[in-house]
Amino acid sequence: MAVHTTYRTCPRSGLQFEDQAEKLIKINAVTAIVALLVGGLLAIGVVLTRWPAVHWLPADTFYMVLTAHGLDMLIYWMIFFEVAVLYFAASTLLRCRIATPGIAWLGYALMLAGAVINNIAVFRGDSSVMMTSYVPMMAHWSFYLGLIVFAVGALVACGVFFGTLVVAKREKTYEGSVPLVTFGAITAAIIAVFTLLSGAIILIPTFLMSVGVLKNVDPLVYRVIWWALGHSSQQINVATHISIWYAVAAIAFGAKPMSERVSRGAFLLYILFLQLASAHHILADPGVSTEWKIVNTSYFMYFAVLASMIHALSIPGAMEVAQRARGFNKGLFEWLRKAPWGNPVFSSVFISLVGFGFLGGISGVMMGTEQLNLLIHNTIYVPGHFHATVVVGSTLTFMGLTYFLIPVLFRREIISPDLARIQPYFFGFAMYFFCLVMMGAGTLGVSRRHWDMAFSGHALAYEWPGAAYLMMGLVGIGGVVAIIGGALFVYIVLGSLLFGKKLDTGAVSPHFTPVQRAAPTIAAQTYGSAGFVAPGTFVLAMVFLLAFVLYYFVNWKYLSQLWGLS
Amino acid sequence: MSAILPPSERLWWKHPLDRLEATWIIIAFVWCMIMFFMMVFWHVYGKQNLATETYKTNPALFMSQTQAFVDKWTVRTETDQKIPVVAPPEGADIYLIARLWSWWPILELEKGKTYKLHLTAMDYNHGFSLQPTNINIQVVPGYEHVIKITPNESGTFSIVCNEYCGIGHHEMVSRLYVK
Repeated sequence: MAVHTTYRTCPRSGLQFEDQAEKLIKINAVTAIVALLVGGLLAIGVVLTRWPAVHWLPADTFYMVLTAHGLDMLIYWMIFFEVAVLYFAASTLLRCRIATPGIAWLGYALMLAGAVINNIAVFRGDSSVMMTSYVPMMAHWSFYLGLIVFAVGALVACGVFFGTLVVAKREKTYEGSVPLVTFGAITAAIIAVFTLLSGAIILIPTFLMSVGVLKNVDPLVYRVIWWALGHSSQQINVATHISIWYAVAAIAFGAKPMSERVSRGAFLLYILFLQLASAHHILADPGVSTEWKIVNTSYFMYFAVLASMIHALSIPGAMEVAQRARGFNKGLFEWLRKAPWGNPVFSSVFISLVGFGFLGGISGVMMGTEQLNLLIHNTIYVPGHFHATVVVGSTLTFMGLTYFLIPVLFRREIISPDLARIQPYFFGFAMYFFCLVMMGAGTLGVSRRHWDMAFSGHALAYEWPGAAYLMMGLVGIGGVVAIIGGALFVYIVLGSLLFGKKLDTGAVSPHFTPVQRAAPTIAAQTYGSAGFVAPGTFVLAMVFLLAFVLYYFVNWKYLSQLWGLS
Repeated sequence: MSAILPPSERLWWKHPLDRLEATWIIIAFVWCMIMFFMMVFWHVYGKQNLATETYKTNPALFMSQTQAFVDKWTVRTETDQKIPVVAPPEGADIYLIARLWSWWPILELEKGKTYKLHLTAMDYNHGFSLQPTNINIQVVPGYEHVIKITPNESGTFSIVCNEYCGIGHHEMVSRLYVK
């Protein structure tokens, strides 16, 4: 089939971009960064209000700003960027033209329209229902309509992604199986379809209720199905950012996966089990049985946890093997010391990987344990956890990939490379601190989504312990520093796109060059110790496990001191 | 660059497993199983397990049950709103309403005694957060959640609403006494 398009070979990376795909990746990524900018501005309002000594915004504005912050960050920043990653993984990595570019643009238009409609609904002020919008609390009908239109657009984008895979197979743009990164993107897209359909199942009736067609949506049914949207959407993020970790390991080190079977098997576990992790949002609810809670959160969730633990070993392990092969073979950690720490693409990913595991992973499993959930349900521990997964995990990874894409995709030189070198450290470590103190405050019981922890003027006001105020003050400080780190990123990216030195385009051809397979590995091991190819990574993994085990049992100890409940 | 290239062997599921990954998978799997059995173990031997006894209810019905309970056991009232303080005997069915934006009534319990707490929301979702003990339970409208509670310390406790419930959410706070 003759399709008129051109393929550009990037002289810096060797990647081949098809003309339409390139434009679509750019527009989706830029829109995502605009959403990040809006969400970041809103974060100022959230942080400065929750900092008790500042307590900036009035209550109604605070709840509105918090609703918009959640939506713009968790939905629009993430999903626009993920669509860009999907198109990259299908079209660029497989050197294939994008399927039905017209429909892809329609999908983008729907997503943009939905995001705008939804944001307008929130900023009107009558839809401050938080991202979760639990019925029977109702928002303006256009709030739900915006979300539904956005979800349809995102489903269209997933369809274009799958279509591109079919075209690539048919036109034989690659040999054998798809690359691991594309495989990870496929799992993300499959989870996305499940997620968006769950969203449709619950948001369409809620929309009908908001316009008066339906009388009632059951509040508990809403919570169960909404979380099949709410949590699974985080699994799209996880599958995407882990795919990017593999990609960056390949780009920065030329690392190859230790075992394609293990890494791909772990992605498959995500599809099979991660959606069910949404049940852990219902652990403190009435109406669902203990058996249901345990089966969904342990048996099913732990297979997903297992998958994450496998990736957490395989990715640094692959980096270690690649570094050792280059001769950085001294002791346990020379490979790590000699890593390209000044390259923001790598440093973002490594800070993200460590923080996602230690802060996000361990706290997530603690929260997802049926009885331990009693300690932290709806406390500020919860946003502490998900800022460690979504911000340290996904956002920081997406930032790292953006640093790679600025010269490669946007053909611009990065302005102020020195700033770009420190930005991942600045933002990443500020976020680590922010997450830790939020979890600290949550352990002391401080509520999430709460305007005034002092209960000013209330006859029955509760006096939080001084430590809780201290923690919330630190949340304020850490939050402000993290916002500055985020602002640096937006400045570097938008500055580079607008004012960065233009780089050469590279050869443009009307035909693609098929991708070659990776060269086969020589199986013999020439380095490592005790039969382990990556002993340093294994030691790090054992440190992680030790922290995990200790923290897990400390919380059981804490639980055992509570009132008897049965 | 092989993670972004098609693998050298088409049949990736036959790719060999190295010793490092195999060891880690076994360790991680064992740890996941320990966590799984910990939950079950606590249901058998632990004292803090959230009951899931639940009934469908409606605001009118639950209000009348709570009113009867309040009429029977009120010992005094507190604040300008004259919120009743209710001191039920051991083993009694006790009722607590969550509504925009208050908890009603105030309960006065005794240390070491067990009560059957009936909990529901009259309007939106609310969050039962007992402080400083730090026990947190979701309160869902239309569902009456019955939980056996046994206070193990005496003093004045607070119940904070920790599920966002509208513009007065941060004013929704109450007391609970344990003698």
